[in-house]
This record gives sequence, C-alpha cells and structure tokens, in this order.
Amino acid sequence: MTEPATGFVRTEMLDPLAPPERAGGPLVWLRANLFSSWLNAILTVISLYVVWRVLATVVPWAANGIWDATSLSNCREIRDELYGPGVPGACWAVIHDRWRQLLFGFYPKALYWRPILALAIFVVTVLPFLVPALPRRLMWMAPVAPFAIFWLLWGGSVWTPVLAMAGLAVIWGVWSSVGDRHGAFAGWVAGIVALVVIFLPVGRAFDAVLGTGETWLDALFPLAGNIGALLERALPASIQSVITREFGGFELSFIIGVAGIILSLPLGILLALGRQSHLLVVRVLSVSFIEIIRGVPLIVWLFTASLLLNYFLPPGTNFDLMLRVIIMVTIFAGAYLAEVIRGGLAALPKGQYEAADALGLDYWKSMRLIILPQALKISIPGIVNTFIAMFKDTTLVMFVGLLDPLGLSNSIRADQSWNGIYWELFLFIGALFFVVCFGMSRYSMYLEHRLARDRR
Amino acid sequence: MTDTATADTAPLMQVSDEIAIEIEAMNKWYGNFHVLRDINLTVRRGERIVICGPSGSGKSTLIRCINRLEEHQSGRITVDGTELSSDIKNIDRIRSEVGMVFQHFNLFPHLTILENCTLAPIWVRGVPRREAEETAMQFLEKVRIPEQSQKYPGQLSGGQQQRVAIARALCMKPRIMLFDEPTSALDPEMIKEVLDTMIELAEEGMTMLCVTHEMGFAQAVANRVIFMDQGQIVEENEPREFFSNPQSERTKLFLSQILDH
Repeated sequence: MTEPATGFVRTEMLDPLAPPERAGGPLVWLRANLFSSWLNAILTVISLYVVWRVLATVVPWAANGIWDATSLSNCREIRDELYGPGVPGACWAVIHDRWRQLLFGFYPKALYWRPILALAIFVVTVLPFLVPALPRRLMWMAPVAPFAIFWLLWGGSVWTPVLAMAGLAVIWGVWSSVGDRHGAFAGWVAGIVALVVIFLPVGRAFDAVLGTGETWLDALFPLAGNIGALLERALPASIQSVITREFGGFELSFIIGVAGIILSLPLGILLALGRQSHLLVVRVLSVSFIEIIRGVPLIVWLFTASLLLNYFLPPGTNFDLMLRVIIMVTIFAGAYLAEVIRGGLAALPKGQYEAADALGLDYWKSMRLIILPQALKISIPGIVNTFIAMFKDTTLVMFVGLLDPLGLSNSIRADQSWNGIYWELFLFIGALFFVVCFGMSRYSMYLEHRLARDRR
Repeated sequence: MTDTATADTAPLMQVSDEIAIEIEAMNKWYGNFHVLRDINLTVRRGERIVICGPSGSGKSTLIRCINRLEEHQSGRITVDGTELSSDIKNIDRIRSEVGMVFQHFNLFPHLTILENCTLAPIWVRGVPRREAEETAMQFLEKVRIPEQSQKYPGQLSGGQQQRVAIARALCMKPRIMLFDEPTSALDPEMIKEVLDTMIELAEEGMTMLCVTHEMGFAQAVANRVIFMDQGQIVEENEPREFFSNPQSERTKLFLSQILDH
C-alpha cells in the first residue's frame, strides 16, 4: 500500500463550541419584524392606524358604560347627564339586569344551585380524564355522574336515575358474562334481550324528561314505570321537577354542547372504523350515514327533529325536544368526526396494523391499544375543531323553539324597557362562547404538546 | 460478515423430526399476477432457513403467508399442527405462536419499550402485568438493551429498535420466528448487533425462517438455504453446497451478483 499524497490524521477531536449570540433588544426586534422593508413599514403604519381607530371607538364606549339603570331609555338619560348628549356609552345595565336569564333561562331562581352543583360534578368527573397527573381513582365518578347530573337538572324522583343505572349495570353484566363464555355475538344478542326486558327503568327515566302522559317509551317499558312508581310510593325521594321548557340560556347551550361532544366522539370513532371495515354491509351503511348526515344542513336536521319526528311517533307522544336536539347534534357532529378520524387512521403506516396482527391481537384490541391511540392523536386538531364548531352551532336550536342565549336576547328585546339593545347582549353572549371555545382550543394544544413530549 | 457461530456451537442447533410448518402446493395471486407458484416446503422444529432471491421473487410474501398477513388462494399451510383457514380463531392462535420481525421494525411509537414488549402477553395471553414485565426485562437483557426500557421507540437507534422488535416477538414465547429482511433498513454499523442477536437465538434452537441477503449469516447459522425467483422455489440446499456448488443457472447468476463486489 502506498501512502496517499496528502495524508491527514486527526489526533485530537474538536470540542463543541457555544452557538454565536443572537443580537437582541426591542429595536432589533422592531426592525426585523415590523420595518424590514418599505412595504412592511407602510403596512405596519396602516395597521397601527386601523387598530387605533377601532380602540378609540370601542374603549370609551365600553368604559363609559352605565351599569345601573332600569331600561335603555333610563340608560341614555344617565349617560347624557354624565357625559353630555351624543357621547357614546354602552348600556351594561341590561347584563346587570338579565344575566341570570342569559345564564339559566327560565330555570326556577330558587333552584340555581342545582345546575351549579351539576356543573361542579361534571368538572370533577372529567378532570381526571383530561389531566393525567390527577389520580386515576377519581374516575370512579364517571359511571354515576351522568345520572346524578340528569337528576339534579330535571329533578323528579331519585328512583328514576337509580333504576336507569341499575338497568344499565344489568345489561353490562349480561353482555360481558355471556360474551366471555359464548363469544361476542351471543353477548350482543343477550345484551339486546336484556335491553328490552331489563332496560325498562330507562323508560321511567325518559318519562321524567318527557313530562306527563303515556309515552311510547312507557308503552315499551311498562315494568320500569311501575317499579319506579312503587319505589317512589314506598320510599319517597323526590326533588322539584323542572321541565325542559324552563331550561334556557347558556346552561341550555352548555348541556346540549357537552352532551353532544361526549356522545359524538364514540359515534365518530365507530363510523370511521365502519367506513374502513372489510365487511361490505358495515362499510356501505357507514358511508351512506356519513354522507347523508353531512350533506344536509344542521338546521334541516333540527327541524326534522322538532317537527317531522312527531309524524312518526304515536299520537299523544311527547318526546322531549331537548333530547331530540341532543340526538341530532350528536349524529351531525359524529358524521364530521368520522371523516376527521378517518384521516388519522389513513395516516398510520400499514406496518402498525401488521405488527398488531402479527402479535395475535384481535381486531378490537388492536384498534383500542395500537391504532386508535395513534390515529386520535393525529386527529386532535380536527376533532377539537369539530367540537368548537358544534358548540357554537348549538345556537341554532333557537329556531326550533329552545331558548339558547341568542333566543333569549330576542325575548329580552321584546321587553319594552330593553327594546333596541343589541351590542351589549351580543358581546356578553359572544364572550361566554369565546371562553369555552378558547378553553377547548388551549386544552387541545396542551394535549398535543403533552403527547408529543411523551413520544418525542 | 459474521463468524460468531463457530464449529463448537453448531451441534447445539439440533433439528428434530417434528414438523413445525408444512406448506403444500400453495399458490397466491395479486389480482392476475401469480406471485407464489406451487410452493412446497416442510420446516422441522429447530431448523434455521434462509430465504434469498431477487426483489419481487415472492420471498417476503411467502413468509407473510405463514402468519396470514397475506392470504393464499390454494394449497395448504399447516403451522404447529393447525391448518390456516379463514377461521379467525386459528389465525389468532397461529399468530400468537409465530413471532415476526419486520424490515421497518414496526414498534408502537406511543408505547415505551417495556410496554411494547408486555402488550401482547398481557392482552393476548392474559399474563399478569408484573409477570409480563419480568419476562420482558429478561428478553430486553438478552438483546442487551434493558437500560432503555422506559424510553420510547423514537429515542432509539435503528439497530436498537430492531433488537426491541425481536424481544417483543420473543415475549410471546413463540415456537417459530419469521424475519422479513430484518437488517435491510439498517446502517452497516448496526447490522452486526442485530445479526448477533439472531445468531444467539438460533443457537438456542429456535425454529427460524429468515428472508435476508446477509450471506455471512446464512453460512453461519442456516441449515438450509432456499433460493426463490419469480414466485417459485428454484433451489434448496444446505449452505455449504448452496454457495460452493449452486446447481441452477439462475442461482449462479444471483450469487455472482451479490457475492462479487
């Protein structure tokens, strides 16, 4: 071997150097970000002018606001007295006067503690699911909380939710014990039989919502109604009932929105999986469901729920409107979620499915343990996007006669003292929605960040 | 390339008479494309078989048929006495007895190394968590990365990931291991660590089917080399004969291309 002409052998490795320091300071930042070129400088100046004009109008208007007045005209009198005629000033008095209504609708004033307690239960129940640092033990609330919340909101006999819970527990027991011994299919059949025979208590639960009278659910589950009535007679434990017509305001939006969010996620997952299924029937059904629901505006489905369903139900039936709206909103959001989640499923490498198969995991286990955790993580932005859109869409229920905050703002204006007031109400309602939606958005970013950190 | 397996270890690798895998007159098509043609292969327990051949010759498809990642359309495949049919129970039973290692590792990125290894024992076999973790740590020690058990796959090098993938398959205590080009996605520096792990496994008497182009590995541990081309088994021989005295023209051409460079 001959020596290369220019030999070089490194005898010492170089130590790493610190990166060069970056120039800092506000002036450097301004120059780099706002005045880096003539065009940018002009755009910056124009933008500053627009921002100044908007603030110069809005800030004095809001700051001059009158908080204590009995009506809009009273507001204007006070304003003219304080600042002179023609000076802009908001009339926050309407919020001061009507905030209870905007939050709780016509829910009985003496019972405000019930929705507030229900909200507290809800928050305590979902927190351990949202924040993994909290102890897992707190999750035990989850099976009980929906029934407790339902009872607090609508009131009535405590036996209604207790029986509904017992019924569900029995079905679950039948499904899991039969399913373990005789396969999943037998489990489903036994579960459905149990549903018809033992799920009767839920009929009673619905009764409470449905109000008075013989309902189709009563006809389906007569036993439950009777058991509930008997128990109530033997051990009376009732709180004052509140019927759906008395619900309203942000409480109503929140109930519909949260119920829709919680119920639509599993529906969306099932539809997304169904759309990918190898079974033709399942696939065709899922695709048609998604396309039909997605292809028609939500408002049409809400009208369907409020008007058309009555034609199909037996006469005299009073199927609670809020329940119908929740079902429609759930189905609608579920169809959108299915497509979002399908994107996540499609983004996973085929190797993940194969590795799960090769280890002998069956379909549901591989979906639950391997595929869905990854697919849902990819889909988080889209899922939260759908949730936010759906939450805001709950304001559409005003068109089917439910008094959401926007519907209430109309009825507040119908009162002579607040006739003609718009901005203040809309700002307040907008702020309520913004807080919730912004919260969801921040949470989704935290979640993405946390999952990304776990997996680097 | 690898000469870890010496003459003294070779007798350890006993082949029994018991049949582990039997493939009879198996055919498979992708649409109209006849990808596997009349495959007949009997694998006895303890055999180490290396399958080689040009790309597109059907070697990966062949071993993927053994655990039903691919479905064959005619013929019979019997694994450990269970015939592969569309009966999902048989498929799941066979899959839990047959370990597989993929070219691209296919570790689960959302689970730690330890969780990757304990997932299937816990959920498929119903092993208690603690016991599954102990077993997993044993196998991680065996592949020499126990200290990484709390990391996520993305934090490991390719060679380390592939060794975890081997440990993950071993945690199911499989009776047969399938390797689908386990080193072809690795940097040259990492190939040896994976091959060494595979050699150890062979020395312990594991039944192995290995699609690979590592001819050094074939010479060191295989007791049979199978050469495939155009969906058929062209030549089958013990390694020394296979490399020194290939019979078919196609094999000679293939060997000259991969050995002389």
